[in-house]
Amino acid sequence: MNDILEPIDKLEPLKDIGGVAQPLLQVVSLTKHFPVRGGLFAPSKTVRAVDDVSFAISKGETVGIVGESGCGKSTTARLLMHLMPRNSGDIIYDGRTVGRELSLRELRRGMQMVFQDSYASLNPRLTIEESIAFGPKVHGMADKAARLLARELLGKVGLRPETFANRYPHEVSGGQRQRVNIARALALSPRLVILDEAVSALDKSVEAQVLNLLVDLKREFGLTYLFISHDLNVVRYISDRVLVMYLGEVVELGPVDEVWDGPAHPYTRALLAAMPSSDPDNRTETPPITGDPPNPIDPPSGCRFHTRCPFAEAMCGEATPKLTEITVTGHQAACYMAIPGSGHSKAPAAGVQ
Amino acid sequence: MFVYIARRVVYVIPIVASVALVCFLLVHITPGDPLVAVLPADASQELAQQLRVAYGFDKPLPVQFGLWVWRALHGDLGSSIATGRPVLSEVMKAVGNTVTLAIAAAAIGFTLGLFFGLIAGYFRDTWVDKVATSIAIAGVSVPHYWLGMVMVIIFSVQLNWLPAVGAGPGGSGAWAWDWEHIKYLVLPAITTSVIPMGIVTRTVRALTGDILSQDFVEALRAKGLQETKVFRHVIKNAAPTALAVMGLQLGYMLGGSILIETVFSWPGSGLLLNSAIFQRDLPLLQGTILVLALFFVFLNLLVDIAQASIDPRIKRS
Amino acid sequence: MTVMTDTALQAAPATKARGYWATVGRRIVRDKVSMACAFILLLIFLAAIFAPYLHLADPYQGSMIRRLRAIGTPNYPLGTDELGRDMLARLIYGGRLSLLIGILPVILAFIIGTGLGVVAGYVGGKLNTAIMRTVDVFYAFPSVLLAIAISGALGAGIVNSIVSLTIVFVPQITRVAESVTTGVRNMDYVEAARASGANAFTIMRVHMLGNVLGSIFVYATGLISVSMILAAGLSFLGLGTKPPEPEWGLMLNTLRTAIYVNPWVAALPGVMIFAVSICFNLLSDGMRSAMDIRN
Repeated sequence: MNDILEPIDKLEPLKDIGGVAQPLLQVVSLTKHFPVRGGLFAPSKTVRAVDDVSFAISKGETVGIVGESGCGKSTTARLLMHLMPRNSGDIIYDGRTVGRELSLRELRRGMQMVFQDSYASLNPRLTIEESIAFGPKVHGMADKAARLLARELLGKVGLRPETFANRYPHEVSGGQRQRVNIARALALSPRLVILDEAVSALDKSVEAQVLNLLVDLKREFGLTYLFISHDLNVVRYISDRVLVMYLGEVVELGPVDEVWDGPAHPYTRALLAAMPSSDPDNRTETPPITGDPPNPIDPPSGCRFHTRCPFAEAMCGEATPKLTEITVTGHQAACYMAIPGSGHSKAPAAGVQ
Repeated sequence: MFVYIARRVVYVIPIVASVALVCFLLVHITPGDPLVAVLPADASQELAQQLRVAYGFDKPLPVQFGLWVWRALHGDLGSSIATGRPVLSEVMKAVGNTVTLAIAAAAIGFTLGLFFGLIAGYFRDTWVDKVATSIAIAGVSVPHYWLGMVMVIIFSVQLNWLPAVGAGPGGSGAWAWDWEHIKYLVLPAITTSVIPMGIVTRTVRALTGDILSQDFVEALRAKGLQETKVFRHVIKNAAPTALAVMGLQLGYMLGGSILIETVFSWPGSGLLLNSAIFQRDLPLLQGTILVLALFFVFLNLLVDIAQASIDPRIKRS
Repeated sequence: MTVMTDTALQAAPATKARGYWATVGRRIVRDKVSMACAFILLLIFLAAIFAPYLHLADPYQGSMIRRLRAIGTPNYPLGTDELGRDMLARLIYGGRLSLLIGILPVILAFIIGTGLGVVAGYVGGKLNTAIMRTVDVFYAFPSVLLAIAISGALGAGIVNSIVSLTIVFVPQITRVAESVTTGVRNMDYVEAARASGANAFTIMRVHMLGNVLGSIFVYATGLISVSMILAAGLSFLGLGTKPPEPEWGLMLNTLRTAIYVNPWVAALPGVMIFAVSICFNLLSDGMRSAMDIRN
């Protein structure tokens, strides 16, 4: 519609290198420990916020990350965006390792993030148009072109540019602000967008609208999403695959329907059982999980879940179970009960499957 | 709580050391010979040298500092060049008078400040609030030494109700809490109280306003609590911060009394500092500043601990 | 929160782009108290600057036969001082030095303190610790005591008085600048700017300085009030300006002996200090609420 008047200048997305078979993002042994200052006489300790996390995201899919608050979901997002230094681990974008074959600047063109707090993530002193245009200008686009792009993107996220472009963040509603944040992320033409609790703070009706917008944008721009949320319903709705985190570790991962229908890790089972049901006959009667998550400063030995797990046996406290493939479709779990021949009394016999 | 206090106390040590260093260096940025106050203009080189050795001014600075700290730790701050009396006893005598003044001023300033602050915060944006905030802003903006002069003009010169200068009849040294002495205290105390009054008013007003706008107050009212009891909750929540501000103000009154003591010739630490400066009495200057600064540091420490012990959020951590 | 549903395309009046500072400016112009204060200050400033063109009496020329005339004396509308010099002329000329020694320390401290505080807040880590612990040492002294101690050590004089007040205010501004900078640095929008690949300089310029400087500026404006009182106080003690210069604090000092003869003339210089101080205080309050554009 606009192209007759004046073609809108856009940043070219990073070139596809490896084709469809190459994952867009590979995360290998990502680790982040925060030092915690001890007391006056106490030694300093470390919080293992993200501990040896590995996963891959294929081109065009949506991967969800779920877990309780404090499990390392948001830290993972910030590590991927290189907003904080990691202790170890590699991040490989479309076959190129960040820091070696791919510069940080290029990565930031290829990967963008939407934050949870829609207000805090917009500079209160810039108009909406200026906020969206900032990124493209950083990457060399002229002011005029960047502003045109910003208006174009406002249209794409469902905000009339002539109404919203010159407004300040405090002058629009929460849902509208989150649309602005999405437009800001898209302004750099990324191929991967990390959505860190991006819809969690919105009213339910608004949340649904923004989710639908995300689905539409994904189709239109051919995006890949990493969708972080504590809301299991939302994750199931939008994700192809899901990753369950507990105290900084991945405990289960697999296609979303498979995980939902047959959770292999007792933590995942507990999370799913804790979901409120809208069916009164299907009401949750007993709390599936009790207690708070253990202190991440001093995580339990062995399987970190064994202190809350109803099926824990002696071996669970001794060695950490590895994330192991349990189906051919890529469903993995880190639980002795799911690992054939592990020695746990509820484990399937070795060689089955 | 114990850990908090221990950490806070340990944290004071480097501060005290730095304060001592600053006090010491302060005197050594002074231009001119430190002996200028005692040396007669026609003093011989030998006499000057003798005195230099006697006061230790001939040694290198770090050695002088070490000696000074060592003696100070033993309660010896040297003796005044002008009077020859020990600095510590001079300073402590003067500090006593300053404390008297500060306590009287605090009693006036804090009472008025709390009262104005509470009613201004409670009746926010009404005429009560406007009057109280105007008084407060005048209190923090007024040059208090000028206010002291105006007080003297009105109550001593024009009305002849109260004495203008001094701390007791006939210039006698000892302070007593009788009317003969207290009437000397009235004007300086009122004058000293205006700044803390203004600051406490502004702080308490802001605190009260914030607390009243919180949801828990709404909940208290919703369950039918009497307004006086709601008010009790407000006071409880405002107390830790208000207390900290008042403690700090008390410290400012102790350390910053020089201008008012000069106006009223009140024989406190400020007046002592004033004479030390103008007589270039360096040991006295050094000692007075050190003692006042240490008072301030320890008062801050006490305030922090007191605040922690009444604030459940700090107490628990 | 808002009941507004997210029908994003709902009609709303198109707004014209207006910069943040233009909005703040408009709000402050509407504030009567701030405008009155600005007007009074402007008047005092202009009078001080253009004093030589106001056809005033010579502020240095006294006469023993017309000492301490009362307010309202013909030819001497505000009376004369203890040396028979015209008070009106001295009060107006006095603004030159008084305002200089009151405001300059805050300007200097604003520059130095903002630099230190913003660097400490943005860089963080060991540099932050080094800067902020040094600042803590100065906080161990009540500001009046510190100003007088430094002035007393350096000796009387205008430059020394400016230096000592600057030293007093630098730590205060540094602390404010550091805490504001740290606060802004941890905001998601700064993270988002980093995520877009902007370098530290660009982030500082576009996203931080505007948000940081405003708060520090307001704080510094409020400090001018304190600085005016302290600067005049130093002169009042004999640690600042020297006679026969007209300066409000010094005038207050030399007129102290006159309170038994002509008390209201003696009190006049204090009125000037009070007026300037209260105007800066009110202006600072006005700016603070004008800059909070959320309400």
